Amino acid sequence: MPEPTTTLWEVFIRARNGLSHRHAGSVHAADAEMALQAARDVYTRRGEGLSIWVVPSAAIVASDPSDKDSLFEPTGSKIYRHPTFYEVPEDVGNM
Amino acid sequence: MATTSIFPGESPDIQTRLALADDALILGHRTSEWTGHAPLLEEELALANIALDLIGQARALYQAAGELTGHSEDELAFLRDPAAFRNALIVELPNGDFAFTIARLFFVSVASDRRWRAGFDDPALSAVAEKAMKETAYHIRHAAEWLIRLGDGTGESHRRAQEAVDALWPYTGEITDNRAAWLQAVAPVLIRATLQQPKDSWMQSGGRDGRHTEHLGHLLAEMQILPRTFPGARW
Repeated sequence: MPEPTTTLWEVFIRARNGLSHRHAGSVHAADAEMALQAARDVYTRRGEGLSIWVVPSAAIVASDPSDKDSLFEPTGSKIYRHPTFYEVPEDVGNM
Repeated sequence: MATTSIFPGESPDIQTRLALADDALILGHRTSEWTGHAPLLEEELALANIALDLIGQARALYQAAGELTGHSEDELAFLRDPAAFRNALIVELPNGDFAFTIARLFFVSVASDRRWRAGFDDPALSAVAEKAMKETAYHIRHAAEWLIRLGDGTGESHRRAQEAVDALWPYTGEITDNRAAWLQAVAPVLIRATLQQPKDSWMQSGGRDGRHTEHLGHLLAEMQILPRTFPGARW
């Protein structure tokens, strides 16, 4: 069991060039170097990653779940924000 | 039903390949003994990864040895008696505490790294070294960073790390042909770890000639009992 004082780190892995880092999970480690190694050992065992970021969990500012209604609900009625009112010419291919 | 032990040949080429393979297998086995016992989950996986790297290196090296002896990798790992093993004594010592495990991994990995990078005249070994050196580089990084934190950590972690270094030191004479180069790589890490570098004096040896500590016999008994009791057993 880790000591209660061991810092928690959030791990972000970039799978391939051109794709962004995505949240993979978290690890306990005493400092940044050990967090990086722990992330490598826990989350890239099957060739998942080309790049790792670790961020102290305490450094992440999260929205309050109880603010859900005011933050996210209003967008539900604004369908004109979706790019679905345009015809995409065939020549454009995949967007 | 016991299975008959095999005795691969004594030629220098065979002995060289076996020594490298046995170092990797026995250290890999020792490292794998931490599975289920590591101080934290992250380290559990780190040690399991390292154990698997080492056993993978051992497999490739046993295949190389088998080209000369005609034995399969399983036969070489499971059907030899302790006296036929050519590993250095340091890898067969019991794991001790975490500091001992980490200090040993560091010392042995530095020696392995030197050997992989020095290259081999033997093309079969060059092929193995090519792949193994990347793995070994990470083993050094992991063990060195831990050793620095243990040595420069709490009073207890410092004491345990120093005891481990002192206890292992007489076993480090057998793992390298170029002690000056090995010391050059090890010394800066010991300094950063605030650990005292022991004085070189009498060194343990014998593993390369098959004269082992009593610990190897126990390790092999556990590792070999299944294939020796049920020859050809499969998952």
